[in-house]
Amino acid sequence: MNADKLDVIVVGAGVAGCTAALLLAKQGLEVALIERGPYPGSKNLSGGVLYGQVLHQIIPSFWEDAPVERFITHNVVTFLTETDSVSLDYKTRSFSQTPYNAMSVLRSKFDRWLGDQAEAAGAILIPGIKVERVLREGNRIIGIAAGQEEMVADVIIAADGANSFLAQEAGLQQKIAEAHVAVGIKEVIALPQEVVENRFRLEGNEGSAYTIVGSATQGIAGGGFLYTNRESLSIGLVIQLADLVQRQKKVGEIFDQFLNHPWVASLIKGGKVVEYGAHLVPEAGLEMMPRLFTDGMVVIGDAAGLTINNGFWVRGMDLAIGSAIAAAETVVKAHQNKDFSADSLALYHQKLEESFVMADLKTFFRAPHFMQNDRLYTVYPQVMSDLFRQIYQQDARPHQPLSRIAREAVRRNKVRLLDLFKDLWDGGRSL
Amino acid sequence: MNRLSVNERLALNKYELDDGHPHIVVNNEVCEAECKIRACLFVCPADVYSEQNGKIVADWAGCLECGTCTVACPPQALHWEFPRGGFGILYRYG
Repeated sequence: MNADKLDVIVVGAGVAGCTAALLLAKQGLEVALIERGPYPGSKNLSGGVLYGQVLHQIIPSFWEDAPVERFITHNVVTFLTETDSVSLDYKTRSFSQTPYNAMSVLRSKFDRWLGDQAEAAGAILIPGIKVERVLREGNRIIGIAAGQEEMVADVIIAADGANSFLAQEAGLQQKIAEAHVAVGIKEVIALPQEVVENRFRLEGNEGSAYTIVGSATQGIAGGGFLYTNRESLSIGLVIQLADLVQRQKKVGEIFDQFLNHPWVASLIKGGKVVEYGAHLVPEAGLEMMPRLFTDGMVVIGDAAGLTINNGFWVRGMDLAIGSAIAAAETVVKAHQNKDFSADSLALYHQKLEESFVMADLKTFFRAPHFMQNDRLYTVYPQVMSDLFRQIYQQDARPHQPLSRIAREAVRRNKVRLLDLFKDLWDGGRSL
Repeated sequence: MNRLSVNERLALNKYELDDGHPHIVVNNEVCEAECKIRACLFVCPADVYSEQNGKIVADWAGCLECGTCTVACPPQALHWEFPRGGFGILYRYG
């Protein structure tokens, strides 16, 4: 028995890692939380809002204390053609009441706060350390190493993000496939608080979240997002990598064209770019999920491929927190039984299966495939724009009823009815 | 409206530069033998990669550490790892 042996080492201080460390420390386990950046959040970037009710279960009313930007009361899906936009715009007061449904956060601030909570609960935060190796004893993972430093523990929790070095090193994840990921790029654009509120019609700390489909990605599978922060906007694109490689388009140029689209340009006008970031986005859900546990290790959050995007919303942080809860409960149990074998840690998989995390991944397992449908990005936005132009346009000729306008919009854009019905059916099942 | 160039964007970011310790090394022999499309030249959001005299060169200091290149490039073409602890991109917003 090594005297320096810890109960748990959590690698990666994002929302998954910080939450797991917090829960384990609260249960009295000795936990180290290792982060390669100089502070939690310094390497983290979000393309989504935080659906907060899971975290609320762990830290009740966390928004009163945490650096939250705005509470999302206003959800918009926008379809872009090269020149036009058609939006579905939903706003409700009920989302401005506690417990809040969703909020925009800036990860560098939010994760740092969550890391502080883990530390306050007794976790030992060790920033500035990059894990370079996993230590093994036979098939069992017993620790990690960075340079000359070695640390051992009963369990390692791999929470090291989309490009998980640990999951690959432990043999749980193969080389990631192009078809399973997207490249996310994002600008944070500063605007005075008053401008944000006026431009997006927000009262007080209300916020908006947009998902943007169509010409945003020049016809490549993927989409755009825009969130209001207190005094800035987070705006970016998520571009499916296999499709990007096939089209051989430069990612920076796609982003520039998106920002210059008249609908986008009017929303970010006058803003000052303050940061530019990029992140790999796991997109294939169950299809790319690594093995989630082995002797002495479990994998949580983005490292486990836990994200869902169905066009209306993009989720990752709440799933990361859900997986951290399942992992923490499992490790506490394993600690009580003094059994850290794969058989014992298999409870993590079972708990994940019983939670909303796996339920939602299963419900939306068809979404990644559906979202690769070319028609979503080219012809359907065009049909919608056509339809609404004909509805609103009045000239000195007799106007057509809606049913006729719709039929003609479909016909003019050469959409086969069979494809349209199939896509409506698939969309209804997938999203 | 004129948008910022990639380099102007990167200049807004905060980095802790690890001078003399490149975290990306390109193996041009593999690039030449196995890669026709040179995906690194267009998939990288930070324009880290460029072609100079027929060779792929990595200007790693501006890397945003997304790892997209490691997925898009043939195995062994890149020796890519995260920068040493405490170094590299430091997001102030995220």
